[in-house]
Amino acid sequence: MTAATELRQPPTVASDLAQTYDPATGRQAGESPLSPSMQQFAEEAAQLPTEEVIVNMGPSHPAMHGTVRVVLRIDGELIKDADVQVGYLHRGFEKECEGSTWSQIFPYVDRLNYVSPMLNNVGFAMAVEKLLGITDQVPERAEYIRVIAGELARISDHLTCITASLAELGGLTTFFYGNRAREHVWELLEDLSGARLTHSYARIGGVAWDLTEDFADKTRVKLEKIRGYITDIRTLVERNRIFLDRMEGVGVISAADAISYGITGPCLRACDVAYDVRRDQPYSVYDHFDFDVAVSEGGDNLARYLVRIEEMAQSMSIIEQALVQIPPGPVIIDDPIVALPAKREVYNSIEGMIAHFKLIMDGIKVPPGEAYSYTEGGNGELGFYVVSDGSGRPYKCRCRPPSFYTTSALRQMIVGANIADVVPIFGSINMIGGECDR
Amino acid sequence: MAQSVLRILQERVPHAIVETGSYVGDDMALVERDHLIEVLTLLKEDPSLDFSMLTDLTVVDWLGQDPRFEVVYQLYSIHHKHRVRIKASVGEAEDQCWVPTATGLWMAAAWAEREAWDLYGVRFRGHPDLRRILMYEEFVGHPLRKDYPQNARQPLIRRPDAPATDDQTTRLLANSHDRRVE
Amino acid sequence: MSNDNPSFVPTVLQDAVNWAQKFSLFTYPFATACCAMEFMSTMGSRYDIARFGAEFPRFSPRQADLLLVIGTITERQAPVLRRIYDQMPDPKWVLAFGVCASTGGFYQNYTVMPGADQVIPVDVYVPGCPPRPEQVLDGLMALQRRIQEHRGHSQRELGNTAAIGYRDRRHLPVLSDGTSMTLGPEERMPKDGRVR
Repeated sequence: MTAATELRQPPTVASDLAQTYDPATGRQAGESPLSPSMQQFAEEAAQLPTEEVIVNMGPSHPAMHGTVRVVLRIDGELIKDADVQVGYLHRGFEKECEGSTWSQIFPYVDRLNYVSPMLNNVGFAMAVEKLLGITDQVPERAEYIRVIAGELARISDHLTCITASLAELGGLTTFFYGNRAREHVWELLEDLSGARLTHSYARIGGVAWDLTEDFADKTRVKLEKIRGYITDIRTLVERNRIFLDRMEGVGVISAADAISYGITGPCLRACDVAYDVRRDQPYSVYDHFDFDVAVSEGGDNLARYLVRIEEMAQSMSIIEQALVQIPPGPVIIDDPIVALPAKREVYNSIEGMIAHFKLIMDGIKVPPGEAYSYTEGGNGELGFYVVSDGSGRPYKCRCRPPSFYTTSALRQMIVGANIADVVPIFGSINMIGGECDR
Repeated sequence: MAQSVLRILQERVPHAIVETGSYVGDDMALVERDHLIEVLTLLKEDPSLDFSMLTDLTVVDWLGQDPRFEVVYQLYSIHHKHRVRIKASVGEAEDQCWVPTATGLWMAAAWAEREAWDLYGVRFRGHPDLRRILMYEEFVGHPLRKDYPQNARQPLIRRPDAPATDDQTTRLLANSHDRRVE
Repeated sequence: MSNDNPSFVPTVLQDAVNWAQKFSLFTYPFATACCAMEFMSTMGSRYDIARFGAEFPRFSPRQADLLLVIGTITERQAPVLRRIYDQMPDPKWVLAFGVCASTGGFYQNYTVMPGADQVIPVDVYVPGCPPRPEQVLDGLMALQRRIQEHRGHSQRELGNTAAIGYRDRRHLPVLSDGTSMTLGPEERMPKDGRVR
């Protein structure tokens, strides 16, 4: 194939619609015939001139999550063309990173995908560890804690996605159920890190501190509660006609298109492509656990919803296995060049104080080079491409945002659908502004 | 596995490869710009390589070196589960700062290239819709270039506290090589 | 209204109006970033903002009287925020939710605006990154006190010239097409009416 200079023509749903649309009657094939009076009305209506209208959704729109603007060209209810504009939350992540030391980047990383900050923390820490060449020296206990925290964050991410998009469809009750469940997750993460949402808990070479004493028992209790809330949500919506009508067969994307658009994570697995970084290229200690990669068929909203529901169950299973398997030991690498010395040494010995001072002021000296590290984030493959020039600050720190590539396929998904379908489609791809625009 | 990718590349398109290397487990190939699309097409279409996904596309700005920019493609094969990083160097001058577009191969390139153009000012020849994507159209310059000062705001609403940077000032700022101008 | 508590009996009509207003705030959540997650919690069942009469989000600025600026405001978003504020009917209040909306937070760079008060007047600043729901509720109660005392925007006390200049021109009309007439001709939106 030669390098074509054109984008492939997006609409796939629209062409189907056009095939079944009969311009003589103005109706879809298979619809029941009209009564005589309605027929006359329809004939008169068909004579009326129509024109395409430009409608603007966002950037401040309840269903656009505040940060996306979609300009729609519509004919009646049918979307003819769309222009998706992102960038309203571009916060200069890379520019800020270039002026910070490697450890100072953790708070910025937290705010990329602000629904699952733990996963971002871990992803970035692993990128720097890869560049330092200390990936296999990270203590095993720290890896287990990272897995537990990361999977808790994944539950929070999927819960937010599902309940927010259901609330946009009118199911406000599920929002409150999901909110209760998410509060339980956040309570655990708050025990762990001290913050409800932006944790900055991971460190280069480990995690900040150990689990609390009663963490395992508390987690088991909370997971049961969360399971109960998820069951409540499922019972409420899954046999609901309105829910199914708006989710099933809406926002379809084929597997080939999804791969070509660079879609990863739940949205790709909803197209029956079992690509999960945790399984395909195991990092950390994910190869110690027995879990399934959730896949679903159809590539529509319902498939994405089902994949997320199943993934939450798998995450909870991983957490429970990890709580059993977790070994004792240190939680951060014992290397004075990378890890901060213990507070006891900082206050009592001159060596400790100097090491602390140098690490805080100059940062970790990462050898020159570049590395691309990949983890499974909440929305898909979360990659960090870090370039070091040997100083204590990154020369470049690029985040590979899964949401950005998913949102780039939004145009193809909504062209040919109705205006009302934009809301569930946009909700189900789980676009997170902080990550998409960085 | 992944070493064989570089070997296949060196066997099949030796004229296009400038340099190959591996660091911390990542394989990298630096490619001539004129043969970039040829290499990328081979990587995508060849069944033994089968790089079906353009994972990421970005630019590194090596300010002070020549050529100044490196366009970086991260590729992944879902079928073979291997990765490779392809790079192409481009110069700073207006007529040199471009690479051919990859939108014909991966649809992911459409937005990724818009972003690279927006933030780094590298043109993608043949891109059907090369607009700014993260910044606004009125923005002057390319903010992630190393010589763009971190604090040079260009407000859309003029305000007495932070006066708008006019075009001339922005150009002056964009030419200074200071990384952090307060 | 209860007459049991003598301090609650309004002595002037204004007090009665203020009292009614402070317990029936219709919010417009201008949610952009991370703080929206904590806003969801504040709305949710545990923290329950409904106890303070501000539970009802109106997604039309014409029907809202409290603008919650939730999250980072970028230079690109600023004209949008200003237009939303202009479209809200008087009397109206603004609560900056989180440090990004208050000062720009730790994003001090080419794209983030250092606080929403650069383009609109702000009544209450709630710090925190993101603030805990308790903090938000505290900020809301502070706003209710301000409403009861019938005090103006914080900028009058803080001396923010941008917002003071803005307030002095507030009596100018807002056109129905959303174009702000509170700005001089050279500062208005482009003629083709695009929102960037």
